[in-house]
Amino acid sequence: MNNESYQKYYVPDQSPWPIVGAVALFFIALGAGLFVMDMDKGESGWGGYILLLGIAILFFMLYGWFKNVIDESMTGLYSAQMDRSFKQGMSWFIVSEIMFFAALFGALFYARMIAIPWLGGASNNEMTGAILWPDFSAVWPLLTTPGGTETQAMGWGLPAINTTILVISSITLHFAHTGLEQNKRKQLTTMLLITLILGLIFLGLQGYEYVHAYRDLGLRLDSGIYGNTFFILTGFHGIHVALGAIILFFVFLRVLKGHFTPEKHFAFQAGAWYWHFVDVVWLLVFFVVYVL
Amino acid sequence: MSTVTTADHHDEHHDHKPTGIKRWLFTTNHKDIGSMYLIFALVMFFIGGAMAMVIRLELFQPGLQFVDPQFFNQMTTVHGLIMVFGAVMPAFTGLANWMIPMMIGAPDMALPRMNNWSFWILPFAFLILLMTLFMPGGGPDFGWTFYAPLSTTYSNDTTALFVFSVHIMGISSIMGAINVIVTIVNMRAPGMTWMKMPLFVWTWLITAFLLIMVMPVLAGVVTMVLTDKYFATSFFDAAGGGDPVLFQHIFWFFGHPEVYIMILPAFGIISAIVPTFARKKLFGYASMVYATASIAILSFLVWAHHMFTTGMPVFALLFFMYTTMLIAVPTGVKVFNWVATMWRGAMTFEVPMMFALAFIVLFTIGGLSGVMLAITPADFQYHDTYFVVAHFHYVLVSGAVFSIVAAVYYWLPKWTGHMYDERLGQMHFWCSLISVNLLFFPMHFVGLAGMPRRIPDYALQFADFNAIISVGGFLFGLSQLIFVWVLIKCARGGEKAEARAWEGAEGLEWEVPSPAPYHTFDTPPEVK
Repeated sequence: MNNESYQKYYVPDQSPWPIVGAVALFFIALGAGLFVMDMDKGESGWGGYILLLGIAILFFMLYGWFKNVIDESMTGLYSAQMDRSFKQGMSWFIVSEIMFFAALFGALFYARMIAIPWLGGASNNEMTGAILWPDFSAVWPLLTTPGGTETQAMGWGLPAINTTILVISSITLHFAHTGLEQNKRKQLTTMLLITLILGLIFLGLQGYEYVHAYRDLGLRLDSGIYGNTFFILTGFHGIHVALGAIILFFVFLRVLKGHFTPEKHFAFQAGAWYWHFVDVVWLLVFFVVYVL
Repeated sequence: MSTVTTADHHDEHHDHKPTGIKRWLFTTNHKDIGSMYLIFALVMFFIGGAMAMVIRLELFQPGLQFVDPQFFNQMTTVHGLIMVFGAVMPAFTGLANWMIPMMIGAPDMALPRMNNWSFWILPFAFLILLMTLFMPGGGPDFGWTFYAPLSTTYSNDTTALFVFSVHIMGISSIMGAINVIVTIVNMRAPGMTWMKMPLFVWTWLITAFLLIMVMPVLAGVVTMVLTDKYFATSFFDAAGGGDPVLFQHIFWFFGHPEVYIMILPAFGIISAIVPTFARKKLFGYASMVYATASIAILSFLVWAHHMFTTGMPVFALLFFMYTTMLIAVPTGVKVFNWVATMWRGAMTFEVPMMFALAFIVLFTIGGLSGVMLAITPADFQYHDTYFVVAHFHYVLVSGAVFSIVAAVYYWLPKWTGHMYDERLGQMHFWCSLISVNLLFFPMHFVGLAGMPRRIPDYALQFADFNAIISVGGFLFGLSQLIFVWVLIKCARGGEKAEARAWEGAEGLEWEVPSPAPYHTFDTPPEVK
């Protein structure tokens, strides 16, 4: 490596934000836990308020921390090496997100390919099926559980539209990026704005689909493994789209303020990577959850 | 391994430390954060150890004497969770924080503020976990492996708090691991090429990779436990089309790499200590690197060996048996290399070396009982007996914990600037060595004879061995108080340590003064 890349590495002075962040996560975990416990017992307690307090502190922390980082970046404290640290950090974070979804997809795969056939008597489980649930038929989607809960399957018409929307949003985001790199600020802002709007339409349609599932199809969290894998995969994906949209929204605000140069725009890059990642996960969700 | 041209730098000039409590709360310094991780791990080691004492007290005699079974279950569960997530993992992360930047010639960790966040999440996470013990219904009582349906249908009210505390522990681990990887990949001094890196750095690089790959899977599985218990899903309930075995598959896909997360850095430590006190270069450096990588890759292909008795097709039993046995090969390479390093070395036996030697012997015993457990038909007999408890305590206590203690003795002069008290240290070593074997070796016998684990009572024929085990346990617990005494004594003073505290020590960390200045390598050294 050349010596230029070893310019002084910026090690920040003391910062209050990490401990504030730890306190925020403390209240979030404690509040969420107590909230779920209260809900389970049908009581109302302090859990929800503690959770909200934690979330408020988290946003306060994010605001303060990012403000520091942006100020440092704008005053040119960050070398090329620092930029690489950020980029590698973001890449590994996305790897960890991939593994989170891998666990959820793995659960779907196992339930569909192994657990349900076994419940139906496959492999050496003939007696299990015959004795426990003789009327059970092992099919996917599993619309009637061994316990007898019934539901209806989700169609893939609306999700196909959603797929198109999300793929287009990835393309528009790519054009926003090329706009940034070629210093065409107008292309950057319009394309970024279109990406954001497409993301919001996607989330709106997903919300509509959930209402449809609960109201019309009787597809709920308690309607067996088909509904479980459907909601956990689309639900966590939806949360990630929302998070990606929030990131891109703040990137958009920074673009409007004139931040980012064709050479250095880590925040934009990180947001874009995240968005593309969420898009790829959706393609998998679309085929594995809805189509197949 | 590496020599440095700019040995004398002028770190002393800007060695200004912030003062007061703010230094620790707001710090971005890898040495401060490393110290906090290590002290936290030590505190948790004693809290988890106290729970082990409760377990051994109850098992001192057959029958129920001191605690009721439900509380006994909480003790085994929380003991396991604390030792895994609160003691061993943070201790290794603390060592990584202290040593990796110094070993590769970096000014600090790559993302210093995130580093502090990773640390401070942990005390809060364990506060939540420990709080549950005092709540109505008590804390988690389903074993640290929280198998469904124990953790779903049959668990107590506070399970939600357990789930969320595991979530934030996971966030902490992932951020810590990202920091380690980015530091190693991006912050090495010029000339510090991949194959010049000390093995501790290599093993931690691979450990961090494992952490990033499996901690999210743990997050996934606790989330499903949460929804199964509180939101009426049936991932792990056959009546809804799910399967409790699915839980075990996902959990152990995390759990097995997790085991290596707790032992790979230990390999790195032993590979640093043995050459120093044998005054020879490490034998087979490259093969050590490849062996570590092979173990990491294999760790993703062996998880179901924890579930041989759960029910699997025969081809799966065979596959997991063979992959598990394959792990003995790279592990054997490591043990061979350590022994070959000592061959004809000019050996001395200071405390770090004693613990390292004990590690090599006792870890190998634990490894061999692991090979026995890997044999599927034999495992049908051993499964869920004390033989398993003996196996994993040999690799985790006389393995991981001994390596951490060895590392602390080894680098303590670098951290404090003082040599520890050798006589007290030797006393700590011999007390630990004898008591740890008294504690865990008879567990093999009662296990083979059929004593089940995680049960507060046992059949009369196991009484004598259990009394011996309990005495060993109490002695081991007491022996660790000597360790605290040594640490306090060394922090307060003692013989002045030189920059190269050990005659045979090599590596960048020994080029800087002892104690290491608050900021090292502001400008990277040139490594030849």
